[in-house]
Amino acid sequence: MCTNCGCSVVGEVGIHSHSHENGHSHSHENGHHHHHHDTHQTIAVGQAVLAKNDRLAERNRGYFMAKNLLVLNVLSSPGSGKTAFLERMVQDIGSRIPTGIIVGDLETDNDAVRLSNSGAATVQITTGTVCHLESDMVLKAAQQLNLDRLDVLVIENVGNLVCPAAYDLGEDLRVVLLSVTEGEDKPLKYPTMFKSAQVVIISKIDLAEAVEFDREKALENIRKMAPQATIFEVSSRKGQGMTEWYGYLQQHLKKSPVSTIS
Amino acid sequence: MENTLNIALDCAKAQNASKIHRLKMRVGDLSGVVPDALEFAFDVVTRGTIAEGAEFEIERVPVICHCPTCDRDFEPMDWFYECPHCHQLTPHIQSGQEIELTSLEVS
Ligand SMILES: Nc1nc2c(ncn2[C@@H]2O[C@H](COP(=O)(O)OP(=O)(O)OP(=O)(O)O)[C@@H](O)[C@H]2O)c(=O)[nH]1
Ligand SMILES: [Zn+2]
Ligand SMILES: [Zn+2]
Ligand SMILES: [Zn+2]
Ligand SMILES: [Zn+2]
Repeated sequence: MCTNCGCSVVGEVGIHSHSHENGHSHSHENGHHHHHHDTHQTIAVGQAVLAKNDRLAERNRGYFMAKNLLVLNVLSSPGSGKTAFLERMVQDIGSRIPTGIIVGDLETDNDAVRLSNSGAATVQITTGTVCHLESDMVLKAAQQLNLDRLDVLVIENVGNLVCPAAYDLGEDLRVVLLSVTEGEDKPLKYPTMFKSAQVVIISKIDLAEAVEFDREKALENIRKMAPQATIFEVSSRKGQGMTEWYGYLQQHLKKSPVSTIS
Repeated sequence: MENTLNIALDCAKAQNASKIHRLKMRVGDLSGVVPDALEFAFDVVTRGTIAEGAEFEIERVPVICHCPTCDRDFEPMDWFYECPHCHQLTPHIQSGQEIELTSLEVS
């Protein structure tokens, strides 16, 4: 369990299955009786719980800005195709647009191995029981990369559409993936995440027909839930839609590819 | 929740308190935080601390949006933030994202 948000991090999609059954009952009465009310004192606190992460995120943002880096925070449910999308991107444009990747996973480093095989400078963060990345983890990982040589820094967040939404990492763009196999209603189930996205990517569109994906419905749901987001439809396997995404990326770069110091 | 507890423990310490009896939070409906999950985590992280067994209260904060066209705030009916006046969708959120430790009762 991630003690920050109390979510169960094992298992798939319906991540937030909180087994209140398992010997856990809310009997707050026991042990605490209101005998000594006279001595109780109420302290007004009024402090944002994520204030520390938010401050560190601002520090990251300043640091990344000084390095002229475009920073992406890539988010999705487990298995929506984040790693495959990034592999494809690095293979296609990595030589033109030097890209570094920080990848967060609960346990394994498989993703980092795959990504470094594709040619990107990669750092793995293994979060253990923490279901999301936080700003201090990202800074530590970023310092292991030669940022001066990079134009783009991608953070592949832990596969989870709930908790990572609350943690700003100092990114420029939040990119949320949604694969055609997850169904058209997905955006309606994760409002916090979709409302915080600048980019929504519908992935695995090569499978759309096989799973009878209702494209119009999906687009409508995304537009209603995230009117601010730019939408792309891609297949990392077949390459559809990737060119449009590269065009968008190019427009958002902080430095022009030719000026890259090599 | 660990963050919340740390803030609470720091405050209690600053007041020379030896026990936290009650802890109140405000959680926005768009914060992404699931109140049930917080309660569960609360029990786990407070074990063995001066907050163990404390009462835990969550006040939910509704989402309030702003429509720039009409220049007014509204409480959306659903997850689509449609202005009831001009029916435009808005990405401007005034409140509903907060996760805040409001107060503590200590002794
Ligand atoms: N057909 C098809 N399969 C894809 C595509 N993209 C990814 N996949 C497959 O989907 C599965 C999951 O892809 P990943 O890229 O590992 O997904 P992920 O989001 O990185 O997963 P986690 O890091 O575990 O959250 C793999 O078996 C991929 O081969 C695609 O465009 N088309
Ligand atoms: Zn979580
Ligand atoms: Zn992955
Ligand atoms: Zn968490
Ligand atoms: Zn309006």
